[in-house]
Amino acid sequence: MHLICHYIHEPLYMFSPITHTHTQHKHLVSNLFWKRFFPMSICRLARSRTITRFLKTKICPFEIHERLITPNYSFFHACSSYKTLAGNFTRKPHELWDKTANILAFRRFESARAGEQAEAVSYTDDDEDENQSIDFPGGRVTFTPQIKFISESTDKRVPCYRVLDDDGYPFAGSRSEQVDKETALKMYKSMVTLQIMDHIFYEAQRQGRISFYMTSMGEEAINIATAAALSPDDIILPQYREPGILLWRGFTIEEFANQLFGTKNDAGKGRQMPVHYGSKKHNFVTVSSPIATQLPQAAGIAYSLKMDNKEACAVAFTGDGGTSEGDFHAGLNFAAVMEAPVLFICRNNGWAISTPISDQFRSDGVVVKGQAYGIRSIRIDGNDTLAVYSAIRAAREMVIREQKPILVEALTYRVGHHSTSDDSTKYRPLNEIEYWKTARNPLGRYRKWVQRNGWWTDEEETELRGSIRKQVMNAIQVADKTEKPSLKELFTDVYDRLPLNLHEQEKSLRETIKRHEQDFPADVPL
Amino acid sequence: MSSSLRRIGRFSAISSSINGKGGRCLGGLSTANEELKSGQESGGTKPINLFSAVNQALHIALDTDPRAYVFGEDVGFGGVFRCTTGLADRFGKRRVFNTPLCEQGIVGFAIGLAAMGNRAIAEIQFADYIFPAFDQIVNEAAKFRYRSGNQFNCGGLTIRAPYGAVGHGGHYHSQSPEAFFCHVPGIKVVIPRSPQQAKGLLLSSIRDPNPVVFFEPKWLYRLAVEEVPEKDYMLPLSEAEVIREGSDITLVGWGAQLSIMEQACVEAEKDGISCELIDLKTLIPWDKETVEASVNKTGRLLVSHEAPVTSGFGAEIAASIVERCFLRLEAPVSRVCGLDTPFPLVFEPFYLPTKNKILDAIKSTVNY
Repeated sequence: MHLICHYIHEPLYMFSPITHTHTQHKHLVSNLFWKRFFPMSICRLARSRTITRFLKTKICPFEIHERLITPNYSFFHACSSYKTLAGNFTRKPHELWDKTANILAFRRFESARAGEQAEAVSYTDDDEDENQSIDFPGGRVTFTPQIKFISESTDKRVPCYRVLDDDGYPFAGSRSEQVDKETALKMYKSMVTLQIMDHIFYEAQRQGRISFYMTSMGEEAINIATAAALSPDDIILPQYREPGILLWRGFTIEEFANQLFGTKNDAGKGRQMPVHYGSKKHNFVTVSSPIATQLPQAAGIAYSLKMDNKEACAVAFTGDGGTSEGDFHAGLNFAAVMEAPVLFICRNNGWAISTPISDQFRSDGVVVKGQAYGIRSIRIDGNDTLAVYSAIRAAREMVIREQKPILVEALTYRVGHHSTSDDSTKYRPLNEIEYWKTARNPLGRYRKWVQRNGWWTDEEETELRGSIRKQVMNAIQVADKTEKPSLKELFTDVYDRLPLNLHEQEKSLRETIKRHEQDFPADVPL
Repeated sequence: MSSSLRRIGRFSAISSSINGKGGRCLGGLSTANEELKSGQESGGTKPINLFSAVNQALHIALDTDPRAYVFGEDVGFGGVFRCTTGLADRFGKRRVFNTPLCEQGIVGFAIGLAAMGNRAIAEIQFADYIFPAFDQIVNEAAKFRYRSGNQFNCGGLTIRAPYGAVGHGGHYHSQSPEAFFCHVPGIKVVIPRSPQQAKGLLLSSIRDPNPVVFFEPKWLYRLAVEEVPEKDYMLPLSEAEVIREGSDITLVGWGAQLSIMEQACVEAEKDGISCELIDLKTLIPWDKETVEASVNKTGRLLVSHEAPVTSGFGAEIAASIVERCFLRLEAPVSRVCGLDTPFPLVFEPFYLPTKNKILDAIKSTVNY
């Protein structure tokens, strides 16, 4: 911190004489570098013709390294005192340092002000020298004599936070939130409920009772533990594989069934495909099929929460495939720049329909993408209920306290097919699916821990499963018999009020129905 | 029935557009708008250009609603067309701010902001650059209310974008993309023809409980000067306006093109042809009744817009009016529009639906 302050008041930079620490090789490389790149870059830097001309005529690129003093230019501002500086400079190059430091002390332009983040990362180069840097919009950047590229990857992949091992034993050294019995059991029961709902609704689709379904199998921990770690005031912008959040927040099995069957009791009025849930009451923004469109919206929602000084954040989900969308970039960049309290959660389940992540991106997954946006990020074991719970709690707390976005990458696996329209055995090996379904099953692992605590028995398990199965079956039967929303709902809500063209079209349609009643479904009340 | 429209058109001088009589400037043309009339009668008007009118509307919008926000690329310093001048200073950088250069981000962010009950007034720097945001507008904003069963809406969203020819804009600073958005149930598309209209329609768009795409004729930003009431006033959406009465042919247009059409009407009058000119103002949902009533009177219709003729919104108007007025029509509906080419630079005067192209079409339609 001291160093940073010092730099702020010391806005003079020099390309100092070649120091004895430099090898001959480095010398050569750096001379070459400056010869090639310097004249162009200094022209861009210096808007003043005088200094540009001066630099071109008086200093050959080879000498620049030894003699050049360049004032603290912002790219976007001109300065009136260059002539003087240049004059001084030609006569007494080395004496000038202190003088110019004083003359130029004020020339820290507003536009060059560093963000906190940028200051913090300005001095990472091994060869840093406090006299070799440039005040650039966003913060001070040190110069290096080396042509040194940032690696495309780190030596080791970013580690993954976990609390429980595959057998439900505490992972050595892991720190996590204390979870009381009540919360622990509510999480477990919700995960079981989600799993059973998925099984039965999936079968209902297979039997042709609903048109479509998508399961969350294998991702129950992310669904439920995330929901448990959040506050009900946090606004969820789901992708489509997060029904567990709704479940946790009190959306009933009957409400799920009503949406899936598109009944008159569906809050969405039967307008969208199954699993496109939404509930204002539960702060769960209605699902839309396009991938990643919710991410920039999350930044806007979070900005509003921030302006209202709410103790809440926006929580936006995406999958691994979604990170390739332009809206992923837009969402993260907007949230970072606007300092909007968004918790971005990427469920990296390895597959975007049939596209494996190896065909999706070349980076170390998703977690590494955060830093480029100036967003703090963490990778977690998405199949470890306690890890998800602890990490999301910590992330949420930071997002709200610091009013900044955070990116969480949860490693998991889509055990089910993408949707009921997909057969994933056509593009991935059965044993891979089986491995994740059994050995890495999030419910199994968490259940071992819960049972080991003495909080859960096999009898309770059987009873719970039986009771939920009955509830879901019942909800399906009721929803199946419930009539559809009435025809007028076809036309409402396009706008706040029915415009004239829709009035006319409704009238015309009703006349058609009178003439050809047999063409239209009987369960839609007219 | 003299009109100042031709004088605020893109081929005439600014100074001549001020007739010095304040409220009488467009008084004969806007009888339908009580709001405007009372503003003019009360005398609180000033001659200002279109970007200043937009600026006034934004000042009022921010001033009257603490939940209103204005943002977009370069909006903070006043915008490349100066429409947001002074807003950040007056209302602070938390309500008026620059965004990253990313149209889909601007509109996505705006949808989220609007979904929380705010008035999100987003600027897209040029209509030509609205396409990265097309998905957010078409699949998100337009369906936000419908798909949630009216649980959520982003009705506070207004997207402003300068559109249209400007004399030197070439492919990417000249386009008129309104027709793309007129194919999208759930949004409104509004285009003003003058400073007075711009202020009143923009305030209505901002306060309308539906997402609105508001295209501003950039050629008129500086060129069009008109007496504009200083007060807060709104002009109704989805109401077309007969801005010149006539009996032989109906001309329908919007935005900057109206001034060209007005010039053609004046020329035609010299040849004894009486033209009725209608400003549609809101393209969807549009006011068919006003156009229908006019065509039933004149028996002829001409539609003109800068955008390419094929699948332009003129086609929709022509089809609708033929459906409604078939027996009354005495000639085929005429479309005088941009050519089916990309918007060209050097060839702009050839591409555009010019006064004489319109005049020729008026004559051939009347003499059909």
